[in-house]
Amino acid sequence: MAAPDRLTTKDWLIRVAISTAVVAGIWGIGQGVQVGLIEYVQRIVLLCGINIILAVGLNLINGTTGQFSIGHAGFMAVGAYATAFCGVKLAPAVTAALGTGAIADGVVFNAALLVGALLAGVAGLAVGVPSLRLKGDYLAIVTLGFGEIIRLLFNNTKALGSATGYFGDNPAGLPPYTSFFWVYVWVVVVVLIVRNITFSQSGRSLIAIREDEIAAEAMATPTTRLKVTAFTVSAATAGIAGGLFAHMQSGIRPEDFKFEKSIDMIVMIIIGGLGSISGAVIGGIFLAVTLELMRDLQEYRLVLYALLLVVIMIVRPEGLLGTRELSPSMFKKKAGAK
Amino acid sequence: MSVLVLEKIEKIFGGLRAIGGVSFAVEPAQIFGLIGPNGAGKTTIFNVVTGVYRPDGGRVRFDGEDISGWPPAKVAARGIARTFQNIRLFRSMTVEQNVMVAGFRIHQAGLLSAVLRNQRYRDDEREFRRRAAELLDIFKLKELAGEPADSLPYGSQRRLEIARALMLSPKLLLLDEPAAGMNSQEAMELEKQIRFLRDELRLTVVLVEHNMSVVMAVCENIHVLDHGETIAEGPPAQVKEHPKVLAAYLGEESEEQAVADLEAVSRPLHERPEGPADG
Repeated sequence: MAAPDRLTTKDWLIRVAISTAVVAGIWGIGQGVQVGLIEYVQRIVLLCGINIILAVGLNLINGTTGQFSIGHAGFMAVGAYATAFCGVKLAPAVTAALGTGAIADGVVFNAALLVGALLAGVAGLAVGVPSLRLKGDYLAIVTLGFGEIIRLLFNNTKALGSATGYFGDNPAGLPPYTSFFWVYVWVVVVVLIVRNITFSQSGRSLIAIREDEIAAEAMATPTTRLKVTAFTVSAATAGIAGGLFAHMQSGIRPEDFKFEKSIDMIVMIIIGGLGSISGAVIGGIFLAVTLELMRDLQEYRLVLYALLLVVIMIVRPEGLLGTRELSPSMFKKKAGAK
Repeated sequence: MSVLVLEKIEKIFGGLRAIGGVSFAVEPAQIFGLIGPNGAGKTTIFNVVTGVYRPDGGRVRFDGEDISGWPPAKVAARGIARTFQNIRLFRSMTVEQNVMVAGFRIHQAGLLSAVLRNQRYRDDEREFRRRAAELLDIFKLKELAGEPADSLPYGSQRRLEIARALMLSPKLLLLDEPAAGMNSQEAMELEKQIRFLRDELRLTVVLVEHNMSVVMAVCENIHVLDHGETIAEGPPAQVKEHPKVLAAYLGEESEEQAVADLEAVSRPLHERPEGPADG
């Protein structure tokens, strides 16, 4: 007798159909955005997408697992430099094979992004293995140091432009690969991966580690392995965001990845609600928009952050969504309660 | 062959000898009581057995294998499950999820399966739910499956901890004061459940408990500790009258008074006069 929840070929076909529809949808909206919005607003829309990736990825370790990383800008930097460098070196070979055009650009960009994610993930593994074997807040301290070390490393690497930044081999700077289409395809991919991890046995175990690590261990949970895995995935997603960020502009500078950037990410997930994926999405968008609105304030931004955080902690300490997720049933419940 | 053997276990905290050479053996399908006054070292022994503490001397054998100094997750995977004296549930998670977390034996699908949501992942999840539902049914928590664990009354939280521990399909279950905070009705229910674990599931149970009526009612063998040392061991009737136990455990001046007091508290609950008579 076939199990009632057997995955059939039909199910897979449906999945493929949905994926195709989503990709087509993103492409369509992208065309609309390109025609309908001025460049300034387009840029904010792209930043929203990059922030969503950053926030959702960071939330997996900070929110779901409860292990605080405060140096994620470092992984973003690794991803950004790796993607930019690989893209620049890869482009001639690929254009030789495929000619110039959107397809060649897409191949170069995504291959470079994957390298960026991989290297950021490896960096995450290297940071995570020694610091996550211990219980407690060691990760926060180690990631703080890592973020600074990485920035200083890029600051002093001549091949990557030192403090001036990396602009590729072309005087025009890095190619503008980052489009609405690619940003939001990656948003969907990252959100889907993080969601599927969160709502699985591994995700339950990660939450259990956050709630009570000793009890989780007593239930045979391989706590170190899971924490390191979550942290590595989180670092890799930050790497993707870094790569998308790099090709939004003509070049990347070490100062783009200062400690403030890590704080930005933490603010995103605290606003949205630690442990909630939809909260991280909302927080990411919120921060991209408010940062733009506060552009003239520059240095005072951090003061406003502090104020914003204090207000949130007083009014809604669990963030906008707490650990809950946005879903149709949530609204039904609310309507029923009234 | 004994399921659990402790050989001259020692544990020292700074200058304090919390356990000074304790040895005992627990036989298969036995309900084994570990009692003693506060600070006698009962929970420390649990922590040594489950790998939370590394013993400073002696050995722990489980099923013939030396498990001394193993990390807790490895001990749990080997077949020793436990509950905690101060309840350690995953508070924000639902009752069902709490149980599912311990489904280590069921867990086949790795991270990649979860990301792809493939067949293996689905089979896993179905098995998790089935087994969790079974356990919640045994412990009368089925109706509460969707509630957050910390919204449960105290007695139900204790039962949930046992259900969660059983999700590991252990051979040996260590219960650390399961009757603490239970009323007499709940405590009697607990006695039944502990017997059920042994009779139906063929589990070996080690019980640390202050509620003497529960201990005397369910345990076949009792090991008494005081200040980290063994002072008596034997069946309940024998331990109950052991002069050292009476002196240490009750701290009575006269032995006759102690015997009378211990008899009063160890009488089955339904025969007791009304009023509090906590062990």
